[in-house]
Amino acid sequence: MRSFRKIKEAVATRLMAFLTVSSSLIVFFMITGLYVRSRPILSVHSLSELLFSSSWHPLRGEFGFLPFIVGTLWITGTAVVIAVPLCLFTAIYLSEYAPSRIRALFAPLIDLLAGIPSVIYGIWGLLAVVPMIKNQLAPVFGVFSTGYSILAAGIVLAIMIFPVIIHVSLEVLQSVPGEMREASLALGATSWQTVKTVVLRRARPGIIAAVVLGFSRAFGETMAVLMVAGNVARIPGSVLDPAYPLPALIANNYGEMLSVPLYDSALLLASLWLLVVILLFNVCSRLILVRVERSVL
Amino acid sequence: MDLRKTEEKIFKGIMICSTCCILAILLIILITILVKGLPAMRWSMITQVPKGGFYLGREGGILNAILGSLVLAGGATLMTCMISLPIVLYLNVYVRKRTWITQITRFSLDVLWGIPSIVYGAFGFTLMLYLGLRASLLGGLIAMCFLILPIMSRAMDEVVKMMPAELLEASYALGATQFETALKVVARQALPGILTAVLIAFGRGIGDAASVIFTAGFTDHIPTSLFRPVATLPLAIFFQLGTPFPEVQERAYASALILTAIIFIVCIVSRLLTRRFTRNVIR
Repeated sequence: MRSFRKIKEAVATRLMAFLTVSSSLIVFFMITGLYVRSRPILSVHSLSELLFSSSWHPLRGEFGFLPFIVGTLWITGTAVVIAVPLCLFTAIYLSEYAPSRIRALFAPLIDLLAGIPSVIYGIWGLLAVVPMIKNQLAPVFGVFSTGYSILAAGIVLAIMIFPVIIHVSLEVLQSVPGEMREASLALGATSWQTVKTVVLRRARPGIIAAVVLGFSRAFGETMAVLMVAGNVARIPGSVLDPAYPLPALIANNYGEMLSVPLYDSALLLASLWLLVVILLFNVCSRLILVRVERSVL
Repeated sequence: MDLRKTEEKIFKGIMICSTCCILAILLIILITILVKGLPAMRWSMITQVPKGGFYLGREGGILNAILGSLVLAGGATLMTCMISLPIVLYLNVYVRKRTWITQITRFSLDVLWGIPSIVYGAFGFTLMLYLGLRASLLGGLIAMCFLILPIMSRAMDEVVKMMPAELLEASYALGATQFETALKVVARQALPGILTAVLIAFGRGIGDAASVIFTAGFTDHIPTSLFRPVATLPLAIFFQLGTPFPEVQERAYASALILTAIIFIVCIVSRLLTRRFTRNVIR
């Protein structure tokens, strides 16, 4: 009986250790798996050709990713520009000004915002943002736009990254020691001056990490963007032009990718790029956050 | 002096405005879905599978997608539980101290959490090519497992980390092994948090489309086998919206309402469960 317990213990320990270690190896499996699958196209075209050519004709064997990469950058940039000020002011308000009751009330709402599926955001974008840009915004600037544009995708994405940025920056702001605020207030600074000169200075690395996390979330978001960005494979000239971001390209062409030579390889290469870029951003911001956390302890 | 006060007021105003703005956006989204979805809601939407010509505006419902999503997300959540519970218990009962293994595992789970679902979809697809699988429930399960593993593990970890060391010591003092302690003391004590983590992961899984678009495929039938394609709610919405017929697009709004309702229920149930099970927890 006793030895049975010992055996159970030994087996369970090994198994759990194995699972734990393999969970940290998933990233490497993913990179290897995608790399092996995307090698066929890398052996035909050079990397720089794939990255900087803008002719996308899979049937003729031309795979220039430039329009998609530029489209992704435009959309993500727009989203971050819209989201960051709103989120930072909200996070500062919740952390420094709001009574704890309001903060407690806000938390489930942010969770809800984070829990809404991206398809729902996409539908909302179609119903609300796209018509608004087509009917109200584009005429103001005297341009024609179908509404399916970088701006529409940027607005929808900005809303989708609110929860990440608010959540992380709120945590960072609250990790700033209260004594620092009290010292500043005791010197006669107003609350805003305290925020500006003490809290934000101390929280700066963490807030940058929050923004980078938001950026990388927006970078890989697929369904909502696919629904509102217009999906035209041309290098966009303004935010009212349509664009075709990388994730949308991958999701849109899964059907035909096995029937055209090298197409699947090209799309998996695109997802490898997404993975690598987001991995870099994530690793950087998580490293900053780990350091922030350690400085509190 | 005055300038400082005005600055204070201006910035406080901006902050309150942006907070309200974010709340308003959340409300607007929910109201838009409700207003557009309710008129198109029919009882047949949730009781029937698509009949012939459903995507042209004929009879039918999306029972296939509702069931498919529940089976897929439920199955993936169960499978992920089997993986992430051992991981979390290992980190917090066996290792416990801050060593390189806990640091690296937490770090890589955090990093995995940020990887977009389309990449999991693509990776799941390459795995399926190796295994010789076609788009099927099994493929969808695998891809979704990868997607929700970091979410569930990190959420569980946050709760189990708070476990007081005295509880563990009391259990060891009674002669229990680490495994028995982990299962009978720690897991039970952290049950509310674990359930919340499971529900968060389920909600994330059921709403995700990009990871299943390659791997689970789509079908008009109710899921019956692991090796057949399975329909999912988000993809059903997406396909219905893609048709040029207004009637079908309206059904997409109704489907969106159903999906939102499921997410809502999951949110509320997880809060209720937390409250209910917290009563039995020793503090």
